[in-house]
Amino acid sequence: MAARQTPDTFDMAVRVASMDEVDRGLKPHQALAEAGRCIFCHDAPCVKGCPVGIDIPGFIRRMAQRNFVGAARLIRQANPLGAVCARVCPSEAQCEKGCTSAGLTEPVAIACLQRFAMDQEMARGIRQAAAAAPTGRRVAVIGAGPAGLACSLALALAGESVTMYDSAPEPGGVMRYGIPPYRLPREVLNREVDWILGAGVRFVGNTEVGRDIGMDELLSEYDAIFIGAGLGEPATPDVSGLDAPGVISAYSFLRAAGQTDPAPIAQPLGRVVVLGGGNVAIDAACTALRLGAEAVTVAYRRAREQMPAWAREVEFAQDEGVEFAFLLSPAEVLQADGKIMGVRMTRMKLAEDDASGRPRPVPSGEPDEAIGADTVLLAFGQGANESIFSALPSLARSEAGMIEVDPETGASSMAGVFAGGDAVNGGSTVVLAVSEGLRAAAGIRAYLDSSREGSECR
Amino acid sequence: MSVDLSIKFAGIKFENPFTLAASPCTDNAQMVARAFDAGWAAAVLKTTSVEEEVVELVYPMMAGLDFDDKKVIGLQNIDLISERHIDQVEKDVRELKKAYPKKVVGASIMGQKKEHWQSLVRRLEAAGVDFIECSFSCPHGMPERGMGSTIGQNAELTERTARWVKEAARRTPVSIKVTPLVPDLPHIAHAVQKSGADAITAINTVKCLIGVDIDNFVPYPTVNGKSSYGGYSGAAIKPISLRCVAEIAKAVDMPISATGGITTWRDAVEFLLCGARNLQVCTAVMKHGFRIIEDLTDGLSVYLEDKGMSSVEELVGLALPNIVEHSHLSREYKPVSKINLETCVKCDVCYIACQDGGHQAITLDEKRLPHVDEEKCVGCSMCASVCPVWECIQMVPR
Repeated sequence: MAARQTPDTFDMAVRVASMDEVDRGLKPHQALAEAGRCIFCHDAPCVKGCPVGIDIPGFIRRMAQRNFVGAARLIRQANPLGAVCARVCPSEAQCEKGCTSAGLTEPVAIACLQRFAMDQEMARGIRQAAAAAPTGRRVAVIGAGPAGLACSLALALAGESVTMYDSAPEPGGVMRYGIPPYRLPREVLNREVDWILGAGVRFVGNTEVGRDIGMDELLSEYDAIFIGAGLGEPATPDVSGLDAPGVISAYSFLRAAGQTDPAPIAQPLGRVVVLGGGNVAIDAACTALRLGAEAVTVAYRRAREQMPAWAREVEFAQDEGVEFAFLLSPAEVLQADGKIMGVRMTRMKLAEDDASGRPRPVPSGEPDEAIGADTVLLAFGQGANESIFSALPSLARSEAGMIEVDPETGASSMAGVFAGGDAVNGGSTVVLAVSEGLRAAAGIRAYLDSSREGSECR
Repeated sequence: MSVDLSIKFAGIKFENPFTLAASPCTDNAQMVARAFDAGWAAAVLKTTSVEEEVVELVYPMMAGLDFDDKKVIGLQNIDLISERHIDQVEKDVRELKKAYPKKVVGASIMGQKKEHWQSLVRRLEAAGVDFIECSFSCPHGMPERGMGSTIGQNAELTERTARWVKEAARRTPVSIKVTPLVPDLPHIAHAVQKSGADAITAINTVKCLIGVDIDNFVPYPTVNGKSSYGGYSGAAIKPISLRCVAEIAKAVDMPISATGGITTWRDAVEFLLCGARNLQVCTAVMKHGFRIIEDLTDGLSVYLEDKGMSSVEELVGLALPNIVEHSHLSREYKPVSKINLETCVKCDVCYIACQDGGHQAITLDEKRLPHVDEEKCVGCSMCASVCPVWECIQMVPR
């Protein structure tokens, strides 16, 4: 059996000096060869590994026959953000994980194939899906991230009138304000977002619910509400000196860096230390490299095996020259003359498992050590979106403190209020957010069908 | 724009041109029902015969031809007609027509003598079959009994037998399934036309010997230490069946159902362009299942959309005027090979092909990059045929 095809990339020196997409995609002959590696097995475990259940063997068969547009349309039927997800899905842990071809050689490069099909479709223009006749029912969607966009599209195509609110000026949520452009070019995002808006979804930006528009207003004006507002403020650890200039939240750093070109980061970054061990820490580290950092170190309080970041992202960063320091917990940002000198770190060791099932880091008793730094980026995760809970005090919380929903319908504890995405799952993949947005769209339609015509929420 | 995949064949409307060929895929009503549910427009039930015809099959009966790492690019079978006689097939027809009134149910028949042929036709017609296909073309087993390709290789027998069938068929269209194993297929097509038959199905399998086990010297498929010649089908025979369909389409004005190697929607388009109005598939289904209908219909729809066409009908026969006698091909047209050195990977298989199978027009420079000497290049296109890089070598007019 032929070897798995690998997409092209840049030379490393060019790659780390640019925000251009690192993965250059498969060439046509590679895509055909890779499609030819699919056995078209009967069970198709890949489909079960996909949160939105894309007909993977179906689209690969179309590709093998050079019907790339047909392949893309089949993908888009299941996933309105198919081009985004082809780039940002952890495919090795999803569709490709169960691939039968792995029993012969390696899994089929499913995400690469999906990317190729979606690129072909983009070159030709995404076909606008026909919306059903207007039902006259109105739905407000709070948050224009992947969950909100997927939910909005599904509702709009079913003839519901959808208005999507977001505190940011543009739709996209974490895809626009979190994921760096070298992983997800904004042009790709914009095409899919424009296609969704083109289906008749109204977007109202710069509007935070609870601040610029009242939740009561939404509840009275709309027949149902979907909350896909993502997570809340970044967590800040108990470390002294976090107010020093040069200590930046990794979230606002990525948001600024992902905006425009050239990125609006004024001061030289110098030596950068990123505190945290998730994908945001990795994204911040690799973005810092691209913005001219002299050296970048990611410091994490547990060991590599416990990092929440995906293994392939860690490898990606290591390839680019990012250093990793494990079992170090920040104690103090060191300053002299109002300038950061470094971070004093406490050496940790692993103890018994905590509630998350990972070994708990505890001080090892060894003396603290200092890492030199001119910029410190904080990536300690985000908590629940508290602004939603203050606007809707009776909204029930899950054990993890997120919005509790019915696993079948996405319905919250309040009648007519549905939710999905990070606000529900506590922070996961784009594709899971899409699936939860789609789930809620179906839930909302069933709810509207069953509730009395003209009735309001609650 | 929505496209219409429906097309008429022998006066019958098919929701799309894709039909399951008479084969193991259509040997009972349950299989055909599943195929209909998957989206197939029609099926020709596996060839049946009168009750007194003894059918004894042998096993194994299939052997695939693999090429490099591709499995079953061709398939040999030493299967025969169905063990299920007309009494069971007429039941299948009734059952299927009742459950699927809009699908097209055909039946394939074979007989030893006039009474057999005519009784099969009458019974199928009474059962409500939509069309009848007559196998004059099975290349193995049946000819030993004076059936199958024995008929289709003889124009007189073809015409006479087809007349018997037409005499008995009062309202059901009849298609004669022909064999490629004749020196002059248009001659056979004329015989079919003279008989009054309504359509031609082209082609049946090609007589073959797919391989020999080099350790024990017995060919495949090996039946208790012996083997026999069989019928060759699948992607490998497509160039032969495409030629046959084009030849028939240019010779007679009759609807053609094409079969023989149709695997992808691209094949489907090619057969339509060469004059077919109906497309039968078997080997591709035996390998990949009924599900391939989705790829066939979707691919054909997107293709039509790309071409700005709204129906399959528009494609039928478009390539035929472009197939001419060899002597009518231009002697003035002199293409030349152009190699894109930006995408060339320096494998230099073009160089090898040109040196040892062409006109020594390609030379290599010190970086191993190939260059075409336009004086020496005759434009044979062997280099473009072997190049592994997407669109790297093009043949362009001088």
